[in-house]
Amino acid sequence: MSSVCSGSLDGVEYSLRKAKGTVKMTVPGTLALCSLSLLWQREAITLSDLLRLVEEGHVPCVNAFQHFPEEMKLYGRDKGIFSVESWPTYEDIYRKMVEVATFLDLPRFPDITEDCYLHPNILCMKYLMEANLPDEMHNFTCQVVKMAGLGEVDFLTFDPIAKKKNTVKYDVQAVAVIVIVLKLLFLLDDNLEWSLSAVAETHNEENKEDKPWFDFRKWYHVVKKSFDEKKRKLEETRAKYVWKSEKPLYHSSIDRSVAYKRREMVVNLQKQFSMLVDSTPTVTRKSPSSFQFNWTGDADGTCFHGHSLQGALEKRGQSLTTRNALYWLSTQRFCRSYCKHVTTYEESNFSLSYQFILNFFSFLLRINVYFLHEEVSLIEKRLFKTKYSKAKKKSSRSRKVRK
Amino acid sequence: MSDFSEDLLRPRTEDDPEEMRVGSGSGMHFPWLQRLVESVATGGRKQKEFAQTTSACLSFIQEALLKHQWQRAAEYMHSYFQILEDSDSNKRQAAPEIIWKLGSEILYYHPKSSVETFSAFADRMKNIGVMNYLKISLQHALYLVHHGLLDDASRNLSQAETWRYGDKSASQEVLINLVQAYKGLLRYYTWSEKKVELSRLDQDDYAYSAASQSMLDHSWKTSTDFHSLIQVPGVWDPFVKSYVEMLEFYGDREGAREVLTNYAYDEKFPSNPNAHVYLYGFLKRGKAPREQLISVLKILYQIVPSHILMLEFHRLLRKSEREEHRKLGLEVLFGVLDFAGCTKNRTAWQYLAKCLRQTLTGNHLAWVLEQWTPRKSWWPGFHFSSFRARGDWTEDRALAHEKAFVAGTLLGRGCRYFRYISKQDHQALRKKMKRIKKLVKKYSIVNSGL
Repeated sequence: MSSVCSGSLDGVEYSLRKAKGTVKMTVPGTLALCSLSLLWQREAITLSDLLRLVEEGHVPCVNAFQHFPEEMKLYGRDKGIFSVESWPTYEDIYRKMVEVATFLDLPRFPDITEDCYLHPNILCMKYLMEANLPDEMHNFTCQVVKMAGLGEVDFLTFDPIAKKKNTVKYDVQAVAVIVIVLKLLFLLDDNLEWSLSAVAETHNEENKEDKPWFDFRKWYHVVKKSFDEKKRKLEETRAKYVWKSEKPLYHSSIDRSVAYKRREMVVNLQKQFSMLVDSTPTVTRKSPSSFQFNWTGDADGTCFHGHSLQGALEKRGQSLTTRNALYWLSTQRFCRSYCKHVTTYEESNFSLSYQFILNFFSFLLRINVYFLHEEVSLIEKRLFKTKYSKAKKKSSRSRKVRK
Repeated sequence: MSDFSEDLLRPRTEDDPEEMRVGSGSGMHFPWLQRLVESVATGGRKQKEFAQTTSACLSFIQEALLKHQWQRAAEYMHSYFQILEDSDSNKRQAAPEIIWKLGSEILYYHPKSSVETFSAFADRMKNIGVMNYLKISLQHALYLVHHGLLDDASRNLSQAETWRYGDKSASQEVLINLVQAYKGLLRYYTWSEKKVELSRLDQDDYAYSAASQSMLDHSWKTSTDFHSLIQVPGVWDPFVKSYVEMLEFYGDREGAREVLTNYAYDEKFPSNPNAHVYLYGFLKRGKAPREQLISVLKILYQIVPSHILMLEFHRLLRKSEREEHRKLGLEVLFGVLDFAGCTKNRTAWQYLAKCLRQTLTGNHLAWVLEQWTPRKSWWPGFHFSSFRARGDWTEDRALAHEKAFVAGTLLGRGCRYFRYISKQDHQALRKKMKRIKKLVKKYSIVNSGL
């Protein structure tokens, strides 16, 4: 046993390898617990929002120990537990949520009903607004939710005890539904969406007074520009992220002076250079917000919320249906072996529009692209159950789907 | 497997080995595979985002420096300093040097920085880790010299000179010598200023003796500064030059000769044409015998055949009585004119013309052919094209005449250059042209049927 002790009473034993079946609390685990409690309260905040707030510094997680009272001294083994040098990822925290809930033997959570923020209908509306897509798409998202059975109370409510696959990924599911609706309307095969937008453009040119038809090309340009800029800003902010706290963590009392000296050195150097840096307004943190993109404040022409989907629809008999009659599945075969993921995502297999949509929405939620792709595939599996049961037959990529 | 057992005993976050990234070529993504591979490489721990963001920060700094965006570079530098607290000891140890290099660059160019900020930064960085002290002191001193603060630089160097750190000082030996040598160089500068002053004073003046005494003091101290560095193999041109100048001033020719011969001929030293140039200059000033001068320049000829001193070399060889020297003289001239540096050098062409005449008169056609045959294929296009003819005629008539003679001799009267020049009818030069035509007729090797 090394002679390194810890500031806490049981730091040394705590950090040893845990026995099977026990769950030891860590800082990400605490975050998962917070998330569970928010879910219990059915608060209007999703997991992705929470993690984004953590990264922006509104929720303490990295260097949370700075806010501990003075009497709590941390060193030695505590450093391994409290010094966080990675942002929590969605998949990690999600897994921990399930783990902690199972460990704590929590009962069935309060129902998620249709009027709750976390219900897909409402989340879809939120993300449609944030993605600058027309409000009319909301009808379609509601229909898809209904058809896939995603809006059922039993499906949505988190029940740790039940052995079925738990799905508390409300935000990812909502976004996946939007992706599916986009595929239904525009097919996203690098072809149809552009011809439809050409039609919409000519119509908009001729009828300037009417409600404009939604033009996919125009939307793409506007969103892409904003998206690229936001992505670049995020990279720059991340590069400047300060991980080390003002109160240095050290291994033992011998290291203490070294750690403090180093901190002093860094502070000194930073002071020297802060004279060279203009006091720009970017230094001040912006207040926490649930939305990352805001389209209504911009100059006219860049907000697509009020646009009509007429360009993508046509009348057939009594009902209004999409011009596009085709659909392609994101995943044809699911993996049934013991790996954690049921599908893979290889970029070159998919159209550029699909890639862009996935990239944009996964940036919005700060998740990995394959994660979103997997969710899209899973929802499609529910929607097109019959197609999958005939999976043994050789199939082509695009199939006709009756709506 | 031993890694894991060690992992249990020591604190988890210390000494992360280097991260490794799995190349993602085709865009295929097996997320779990990527993570497993990464965690195997790092001994069971996944790569931290701290490492990612700091390396992103570093590349942003480098990009900003390339684009001369000093403001932006300073912002990122501000966040980069946290690498000094990295728990990865490899990165932590490599950090001060990187920070010094980038930071000094930013402070050098940033409009808001001043000598004080630079000095404060240098003083801070000097004391982080022991190995950087000398290097940073030296660069700091050079920065001060650049801003004209010679006294401060001198003081800095004197302070750095006394640095010692137990057994580590052996590896930094050369740096210490360099520090001393630069200090000597600064002192030499003050000495040469005093020399200029002295030349203005009258010899009987009281101030003269005082000034010359202080100069002597300076030079003595300076010679000790230079002495140890010059022993080390390397390229020390400014130091050697100043040292020799001082030695010569005080009449110590033996000392100067020793230094220069050592510098030029010691095999441990890298091959340096300037060493030979300095030695030659020294010997010439001391009126050394021709044989000695020739031997020095011969070595220079072997290293740099295109050097401008080759013309002087040729002159020496021409005056010599030995036949092999005359042959070498011809060879040297052809060698010099192989390069673009002397294509428009009137002296070079004059010499070549004269040398050709002398050689052909002396019946040494074989020598000329030996030199000309390998060059026959490319010299016409290089020197004697009609484009050159036009250019030379407009710029320098005398040069054109000399070249025309050479062209006529080597290529015959029908060659483009000769024809062009002879067609240029100019009243004053008609006589000269006639003479050239006669000589070419007499000497041209083309006509001799070989």
